[in-house]
Amino acid sequence: MSDRAKLNDMSRPDRRPLTHLKNEELMPLPVPLDSPEKDHAWSILSEKVVSSVECGLDDTCALNIPQPKTKEEEEALVKKFLSGLDKLFQKENNWTFLQPLILTMEHCAKCQTCSEACHIYEASGNNELYRPTFRSEIVRRLYFKHVKHGGLLSAFEHGDVKVNWPLVARLAELAYRCNLCRRCAQTCPIGCDNGLVAHELRKLFSQEMGISSKECHDNGSVLQLKVGSSTGMSSLVVKDNIEFIDEDMTEKTGVKVETPWDVEGADVLLIHNAGEIMAWPENPGAFAVILNAAGIKWTLSSELAGYDSINYGLWYDDAQFARVAIKHAEAAKKLKVKKIVLGECGHAHKALSVIADRVLTGELNIPRESSMTLLRDIVMNGRIKLDPSRNDFPVTLHDPCNMVRLMGVVEPQREVVRKICPKFREMEPHGVDNYCCGGGSGFAIMSGNNFQDWRFHVSGRKKMEQVLNAFADCLDPSINKYICAPCSNCKGQFRDMLAYYEMWEKHHILYGGLVELIVNAMVDVKPGFIEWDWH
Amino acid sequence: MTAFTFSVLYLALLFFAAGCVVRAVMYAKQPLHLRWEIYPVPHEEPSRVKHGGSYFEELNWWKGSHKSYMAGELKVMVPEMLFLKALFEFNRPMWLRSFPFHFGLYLMIGTCGLLVAAALLGIWAPALMAGGLGVALHALYMAAGIAGTAMALIGALLLLVARLTDDKLKTYTVAGDIFNLVFFIAAFGVLAAGYLTRGEGAPGPAAIVAGLLKFQTNMEMPPLMAAGLVLCGLLAAYIPCTHMSHFVGKYFTYHSVRWNDAVNMPGSSIEKKLMEYLTYKPTWSSPHVTADGKRSWAEVATTNPWQGEKK
Repeated sequence: MSDRAKLNDMSRPDRRPLTHLKNEELMPLPVPLDSPEKDHAWSILSEKVVSSVECGLDDTCALNIPQPKTKEEEEALVKKFLSGLDKLFQKENNWTFLQPLILTMEHCAKCQTCSEACHIYEASGNNELYRPTFRSEIVRRLYFKHVKHGGLLSAFEHGDVKVNWPLVARLAELAYRCNLCRRCAQTCPIGCDNGLVAHELRKLFSQEMGISSKECHDNGSVLQLKVGSSTGMSSLVVKDNIEFIDEDMTEKTGVKVETPWDVEGADVLLIHNAGEIMAWPENPGAFAVILNAAGIKWTLSSELAGYDSINYGLWYDDAQFARVAIKHAEAAKKLKVKKIVLGECGHAHKALSVIADRVLTGELNIPRESSMTLLRDIVMNGRIKLDPSRNDFPVTLHDPCNMVRLMGVVEPQREVVRKICPKFREMEPHGVDNYCCGGGSGFAIMSGNNFQDWRFHVSGRKKMEQVLNAFADCLDPSINKYICAPCSNCKGQFRDMLAYYEMWEKHHILYGGLVELIVNAMVDVKPGFIEWDWH
Repeated sequence: MTAFTFSVLYLALLFFAAGCVVRAVMYAKQPLHLRWEIYPVPHEEPSRVKHGGSYFEELNWWKGSHKSYMAGELKVMVPEMLFLKALFEFNRPMWLRSFPFHFGLYLMIGTCGLLVAAALLGIWAPALMAGGLGVALHALYMAAGIAGTAMALIGALLLLVARLTDDKLKTYTVAGDIFNLVFFIAAFGVLAAGYLTRGEGAPGPAAIVAGLLKFQTNMEMPPLMAAGLVLCGLLAAYIPCTHMSHFVGKYFTYHSVRWNDAVNMPGSSIEKKLMEYLTYKPTWSSPHVTADGKRSWAEVATTNPWQGEKK
């Protein structure tokens, strides 16, 4: 390890990064990426960025926090941070996560069991800065000193850390070096949750200081509440796009595809991640083909946010989270549908089904269901005719953390894949023990500066290893291979990471959703729904 | 001296119990948080626990009745509490140090229980204690006590060495952590030394506990043993003030957070609590939150500051 960060380094007054990542120090990857020389070199942050924004943590910069001009400005920011820290521990401000946060602050035994579970820590070559407890330990010391007003005795018992602007700025960046996959929390013998600490830090920065990732806030939840979707699509545009997709699907499948809009009293309100409509139109198209063929009474909604299940507030801001969740429920209430079904989007699953369960009350508490469950019902009960031999290629299944470890939807998608993909193989580990794709918690949409380099080299590295291992026996490019990732954000990460490592060109590894595999196997549909040449 | 020792022990036990209760009440009184469970949740149906599934795997899950399986929780909780299963599974080197320490403590606590039982039986049913039961109890508490003290001492020493020498632990180790382990070693070490060096005719553990229960202050206790008991008392009183009270916290991290999958059904007690929390008035100062200390969470959440704005 070239430089091992210490906790007190976070307060270092200079703006030099605390660590530099080198390819040769990262976790080794299997064949064909088994040599650091075969990996890409890191892009260097521009002079302009280095001289104008806070990037004193590592080799990248996620937030673009402007450097304060004066000492007074720095002091004011530190004061604001400490006031936000206080609010994190007040029930009026943070009833939403107060109990788990206090428990994590009070009881970590610093045994480091969590570190072994963290894909970022492991992939970075055990870089100290990315150890799950590094971030938490700083916050814990600040909690005992500034929230509980501990004196010398407290410093003796819990340790101390100097709070200044460099520490605050680095902590903000460090909150965005965690995928919030909570694999660490799953292994903690005491039940402490370092993922929660990163989440709460992000909230503090957003809700008190207005600091968040532009992609999640300005171009994400704000845009969604402004025009209806974080893709920027208004209801008119989305209807146009879906109409085009319907036409395209009709031609491609040979089956008339029509997407119903705003059907009052429908059994199912399907909400897609609107990113699918823009980036992977065959996914909403395939959903339409399946639901129509199965005779489901379903609809899309053209209400504000009713056609986009994205809820980026989940990752950084309770107010934004609640607003979007309420919009989703209001769209369903207006149409008087029997249930909301969430399309292939992991974070939307958890946001609306699990987390919003304690936000939505009264008439807004409308049943929410995973599309995995509905699809399993359709496929396993023979509601559509399927020919598995059409999927006679190696398939592996990625488990989106939000859908699997954090919601417990594990088997439905597996039952489907086992039934329709004769060459299915699991990644190891899988299910609730899975590894994040590396794009979780907003990273898949974050690519400012050189952040992509970090998410390919570090946060996505473990998943890359899993994919290569899953297909180790068939890396030959003459064999088409498919990663089934039933989640938009995960697909975004796969799209970018597979392209970065030229996995299609060199090894014919493609990614896609679950519904595409189902339609590809449908007997009543023209063969060849999955387009192997597109990647 | 004996009166002082007994007084310290009684006060310490009282302080320990009160400290644990205060901590538990503090955690229990926190508002119900948003759901934040992690799967597998062991009280799920056994067929789902196998793969870590939840009731969300069922079609129209809200129509079903979801039983909570206590047996499933026990299957996880008992090995976790007794044998530190998570540590064994995910951090074996630490388990090798931590398990003897914790299991030693359990044995020592068990020894105390056996000693109290023996003492009470000696007072209330001396005939019973004079027979085979007394012999069996004596053998049991001696074995548990010796094994427990040895294991706890060895475990604490191993943990101390690890904290001082292992790089990945050192960075996060503070003076308090060292003090805590030294405190354990000192308390148990002095107690063991007191027992081993006690003179002929000096009271043994059973006599001391019987004396404690009867507050028999005229008992002649070896000074080293008295010092060990005082140290153990102070240690017990100290634990609830520190993160070492994680046996209290752990109940909540598992039952209230990690395994809390309770559904908010219309009209439920959960919904009533939420209605109360939604009246809280936040003061977050970022303008987009629109919290000014006067508006409630319900108002904040139903406000769309960007409604009607163009892209």
